[in-house]
Amino acid sequence: MIINHPLLGPRDAAEFVYLGDASLIDRPDPNAEDAADRFFEYGYLRDNPAGMHEELWYHEQGDRSWLVVTRDTLTHDITAVRLARDAAKERGRSK
Amino acid sequence: MKQIRRIAGGFIDRKTPLSFEFNGRRFEGYQGDTLASALIANGQTLVGRSFKYHRPRGIFSAGSEEPNALVELRKGAFQEPNTRATTVELFDQLSAKSQNHRGSLEFDLMAFTDYLSPFLSAGFYYKTFMWPKFAWEKLYEPAIRAAAGLGSLSLEDDPDIYDKGFLHCDLLVIGAGPSGLAAARAAAFSGAQVILADEDFRAGGRLNSETFEVDGKKGADWAQALWQELASLPNVRLMSRTTIYGAYDHGIYGALERRTDHLPHSGGKPRQILWRIYSKRAVLAAGATERPIAFGNNDRPGIMLAGAVRSYVNRFAATPGERISIFTNNDDGWRTARDLSAQGVSVAAVIDSRDIAPLTDIPHAKIVMGAGVMDTSGRKALKEITLTTGQRITTDCLAVSGGWNPNVHLTCHQRGRPSWAEDINAFVPGKHLPPGMQVVGAAQGDLTLSQAISGAHQKAKEMVKDLGFTATRKAAPKASDEASTGAAFWHVGASKARAWIDLQNDVTVKDIRQSYQEGFRSVEHLKRYTTLGMATDQGKTSNIPALAIMAECTGKTIPETGTTIFRPPYTPVPMGALAGRARGKDFRPYRLTPSHRWAAENGATFVETGNWLRAQWYARPGEKGWRDSVDREVEMTRASVGICDVTTLGKIDIQGKDAALFLNQVYTNAFLKLPVGKVRYGLMLREDGIAYDDGTTARLGENHFVMTTTTANAVLVFRRLEFARQCLWPELDVHMISSTDAWAQFAVAGPNSRALLQKLVDKPFDLSNEGFGFMACAETTVCGGTPTRLFRISFSGELAFEIAVPARFGTAMMDCLMQAGQEFDAVPYGTEALGVMRIEKGHAAGNELNGQTSALNLGLGGFVSAKKDCIGKTLSQRPEMNREDAIRLVGFKPVDQSQALSAGAHFIALNDTATMANDQGWMSSVAYSPVLGHSIGLGFIKAGHERMGEVVRAVNPAQNKEVQVEIVSPHFYDPDGGRQRG
Repeated sequence: MIINHPLLGPRDAAEFVYLGDASLIDRPDPNAEDAADRFFEYGYLRDNPAGMHEELWYHEQGDRSWLVVTRDTLTHDITAVRLARDAAKERGRSK
Repeated sequence: MKQIRRIAGGFIDRKTPLSFEFNGRRFEGYQGDTLASALIANGQTLVGRSFKYHRPRGIFSAGSEEPNALVELRKGAFQEPNTRATTVELFDQLSAKSQNHRGSLEFDLMAFTDYLSPFLSAGFYYKTFMWPKFAWEKLYEPAIRAAAGLGSLSLEDDPDIYDKGFLHCDLLVIGAGPSGLAAARAAAFSGAQVILADEDFRAGGRLNSETFEVDGKKGADWAQALWQELASLPNVRLMSRTTIYGAYDHGIYGALERRTDHLPHSGGKPRQILWRIYSKRAVLAAGATERPIAFGNNDRPGIMLAGAVRSYVNRFAATPGERISIFTNNDDGWRTARDLSAQGVSVAAVIDSRDIAPLTDIPHAKIVMGAGVMDTSGRKALKEITLTTGQRITTDCLAVSGGWNPNVHLTCHQRGRPSWAEDINAFVPGKHLPPGMQVVGAAQGDLTLSQAISGAHQKAKEMVKDLGFTATRKAAPKASDEASTGAAFWHVGASKARAWIDLQNDVTVKDIRQSYQEGFRSVEHLKRYTTLGMATDQGKTSNIPALAIMAECTGKTIPETGTTIFRPPYTPVPMGALAGRARGKDFRPYRLTPSHRWAAENGATFVETGNWLRAQWYARPGEKGWRDSVDREVEMTRASVGICDVTTLGKIDIQGKDAALFLNQVYTNAFLKLPVGKVRYGLMLREDGIAYDDGTTARLGENHFVMTTTTANAVLVFRRLEFARQCLWPELDVHMISSTDAWAQFAVAGPNSRALLQKLVDKPFDLSNEGFGFMACAETTVCGGTPTRLFRISFSGELAFEIAVPARFGTAMMDCLMQAGQEFDAVPYGTEALGVMRIEKGHAAGNELNGQTSALNLGLGGFVSAKKDCIGKTLSQRPEMNREDAIRLVGFKPVDQSQALSAGAHFIALNDTATMANDQGWMSSVAYSPVLGHSIGLGFIKAGHERMGEVVRAVNPAQNKEVQVEIVSPHFYDPDGGRQRG
């Protein structure tokens, strides 16, 4: 596979390390009342879609960017690649 | 021996005769021959034995689809089994042996299996070797394994070298037959970067085997001329002897280039190169493979594909027989008869399954229309055929043509399914091709030459136009159309004798019918039950005929019956090529520490830890075993001073105005208020609350920290920190870089460590307890100006320092330390002594941080700050992980101090039986403590912290060992820590 790195252009998937569902960005609020339940879901429950999937890849053999890659798990078609940092900010990680 | 079957013409170089050996006999051939064509030229019809029945077999095809002619090529360590004689380019002094027989090829002692064939039908193994159960492993498997298998391995290391490479192009053209050449030509003249790959050693594909004309020239000459022209273009890379074996995601293709396989010796060059080709577009011009017709005893040597007969006669000037017969269901078979006549080879008969008028008059040949071959005779070579009409014809070669199958394999590598084309009775590429791929020529089902060439020309032009090139205005090459029609005729039903479908795996029509009767309706099941299409040829000539038989059984059409899915590789790829240079030590290279040379010169034994080679201990003359060395190293360190290379620990440089805040989030304990110039121990958890890694972090400046990790986790911790930085807390102003390799670091431990370092650290730096107390850190210089980082940290429990210098000074630093230490009798120590001292101190290491233990278990519960969040904190508070009787890290010593403890032992109460139900925990680390004079251990036991002094059993059923142990504090040595603070 080829991942079109937003800063470095197309790079072979072999340069990356795969982590999994991009929902791992959404670390729950540890001070919430139901924090224990939320962290349980965060830690253990993942969707496993046959189709479009937002997932985290790490450019370990490159610039060490974490990326959010939108990939079709049936065809490996990649429709979007973003810096995870930007995605995280958009998801409200910056407080 | 004379080449009795050599005829005139062909593309062989008669000026370059080559001598070769087959089964110990000398033969001659010419440059340009394959091993198969040279054997045919020499009249060697019998070339191997079949897999299951040990039937005599001959050459069947002239290409990579060959099921029969598999040989062991070359000798000694170079021996390669299952090599297709039809693709082996002849070279001087080539040596090959036939396979799958005991005794000689002519008199195979295993040939009796053929007479057992009524018992050896489909599913034989499943049905027969069921009872008794004890015989599975001891009797059946060894016997079956001995009888099964084709070629044998040399069992020596492969002496050849293999490389890997990467290529990029606009257009990859797969196959250099007429359509591939036309496509490459159109793209190349349009200015695109083109790679043209072909598995053969001579470009032209079928043009070399046929008598067609292109652009008014002989087809083969046209191909050679175009190949030369393309070779002169800077935007074209020609790769002959290269098989594109797989179509992968995003336009990536796998290619195997055979660089020196056609030479007597590789001469130190890579034998093969495994390429990864990145293409923007790809044209599949893989051609088509002819398929046989099934009839009684259709596997005898001398029975072969009609197209292959034309190849041998036209291209290699070698005739497979003196009196050749042709059995066809299509017009193509008649071309064989015409070509043979033109080459002066006698045609015995043409048998056409269609009841139509003969297409041509073939001189002296019997023409039988609307008939089939029912049976054949001749044990080691074909002698006679019997027709459905009852006629018997004496013949030594039968050319069979059942029509052509487009080579759709690569179109299916991304789950595309081929679709059935009624007009040519074959599967053609389906709708869903790998993105970027187009199919041209025979592979697309364009089975006539002019159609193939003009189609390829047009498609290639459109593809490069799509990439932004201006398409060439040159016209497509012109060729005459050779219309060919055929009938769907798969099997001579009147045949009573066994009719083979899969020659390599010995699957017959009867086997397929039987498996259908036994309920195997899916093609995938049929395949697995009969092993059809599962041999090294992957059923290139057998899959479609088998489907046709299956369709007959089910009463359905072939497309309704289905097709099996094609997966890479198209043809076998040697393991050596897949491994490339990553063999032996290079499979997982290790790094050397800065003191490696010094250590090697001073008696070190090395151990691999986390991709590093570290000194394990340093043996001195007179020491009888490793324990002697390790005990001495511990004693001398504790008595005076020891030096250990600790460069391998992960080092991460963390900077930024939020660096402290960041550390506060990733460590369980507080880091916000760590003063500049101080070091703190830190513990990391996984988000599920399990302990992950630990180490020390030094604050070199307000916004500058240096973290250490364990050796094994250096890469993983860094990856996790980057995740936390970029994904969890992107607003923090913090940056980091791994500096593990940038700094050489040495532990200097023992009562004389300060005295030693005072000789090296440049003045006026104050190393005294007041000036540089326990857990202090500083940046200064040593040895007259070399930059250094000093840390007053101790893993050994002694007064100790760690000194880091830029890696390039590492070797020199080791020399300096040892020289300066001479007056103190300084000793280098390895990882074993390091381990002993940390167990004596009760420090947790990899054995304790094993992915199952929490901070509470490790006795580090107090390190999880109640005042702040950190990764893993919330889930570490789950009730189950905080039970009263949770396991705790404690120390253990044997009640009888002469006994040795063993790691991995489980703790059982004195009066309980040793069962899992009574398991209370386990011993994680043990060592002999030279200071205490007995064996000591660290381990986890339920509520261990409240059970000091209790005696339990440490049971080790794996070693049949049991020791009574007393639960003690894990801090065996200097529990108050007075020595390290001194």
